[in-house]
Amino acid sequence: MSLDNFLIVSAIIFSIGLYGALSKRNAIAVLMSIELMFNAVNLAAVAFSRYTVPATLFGRPESGAEQMTHLLLTGQVFSIFIITIAAAEVALGLAIVIAVYRSRSTLFVTDATQMRK
Amino acid sequence: MTLGQGTEASLIVDVVFWVLAVSSIVAAFAVVQMRNLFRAALFLIVSFVAVAGMFVLLRAEFIAAVQVLIYVGAISVLIIFAILMTGEVETGSPAHSLRIPVAILAALFGILAIFVTVQTDWIILDDVLQSGNLSASATSGISEVFSNTIPWIARLLVQDFVLAFEVASVVLLAAIIGALALIRER
Repeated sequence: MSLDNFLIVSAIIFSIGLYGALSKRNAIAVLMSIELMFNAVNLAAVAFSRYTVPATLFGRPESGAEQMTHLLLTGQVFSIFIITIAAAEVALGLAIVIAVYRSRSTLFVTDATQMRK
Repeated sequence: MTLGQGTEASLIVDVVFWVLAVSSIVAAFAVVQMRNLFRAALFLIVSFVAVAGMFVLLRAEFIAAVQVLIYVGAISVLIIFAILMTGEVETGSPAHSLRIPVAILAALFGILAIFVTVQTDWIILDDVLQSGNLSASATSGISEVFSNTIPWIARLLVQDFVLAFEVASVVLLAAIIGALALIRER
C-alpha cells in the first residue's frame, strides 16, 4: 500500500469513467460516468495529500516549517471543493436531463439535436 | 518515526486495501457495462463506498464521511430519483457506434497515467520522516496534523482558501436556482 497503488486505482477508475462518459447514449449513464471520474480525481488528490511532501517542508527544513505543516492537507481541501462542485453539477445535469425528457420524451444524448436545425 | 502507530504496515491493512481497490474497480466497470440503469446506479453506490473506505486508509476520515454523506447519501439518491422519474429503466443505456474507438482511447489514457505514475520518482512523506532531514518542530507538526485532521482542514478552509470557500457557496446557490428554474412547470 503506497502512493503508486492508490494512483493506479485512481487511473483505472478514471479511464472506466472516461469510457462510459464518451460511449453512452443515455444522459443519466453519462452523468454517472462523470461522477466516477470525479471520484477518481478525489482519490488521487487525497493520496497525494497523504504521501507527498510540500516543497516548503522539504527544501528549507528550518524556515517556518511548523506553520506550513497544515498545507499538507491541501489535497483534502481540494477534494472537498471537488465534491461541492460535483453536487452542484449533478443537480443541474439531472435538471437538464428531466427538462429534455419532458419536451422530447427521450434520454439519449444523440437525440437531443434541437440546436442543430 | 512513522505516521502510523504500527498499524499502517500490517498485513490486514494491505488486505483491506486490495479488497477495496478490487471492489471499487469492479463496481465502476459494472456501472458502464450494466444495461439496466437502476442496477448501474446501485453499483455506483458500491464504488463510492469502496472509495470512502480507501479515504479512511489514507487518514482522511473527514473526506470519507463527506463522501458517504454527499455521494452515497445525496448524489446517488438524486440519480436514482431521476431514473425512476423518467421511467427509462428497461431501455437501458446502450453505447453508440463509436464504442470501440472510445474504449481504445480510454485504455490508452489509463495506460499512460499508470506509466507516468510508476516512472515518476515521488518524494514520499514517510521516507522524508525516516531520513531525519526535517526539523524536530516540523516532524512533530506533521504527526500532529495527521493525528487529527479536521481542525487543520477547517483552518485551511477559512484562512488560506476562504475565497474559494465563499465562491463555492455562491456556486451552490446558483445551482439550486438554476435547477429550480429548469424543472419548473410552465
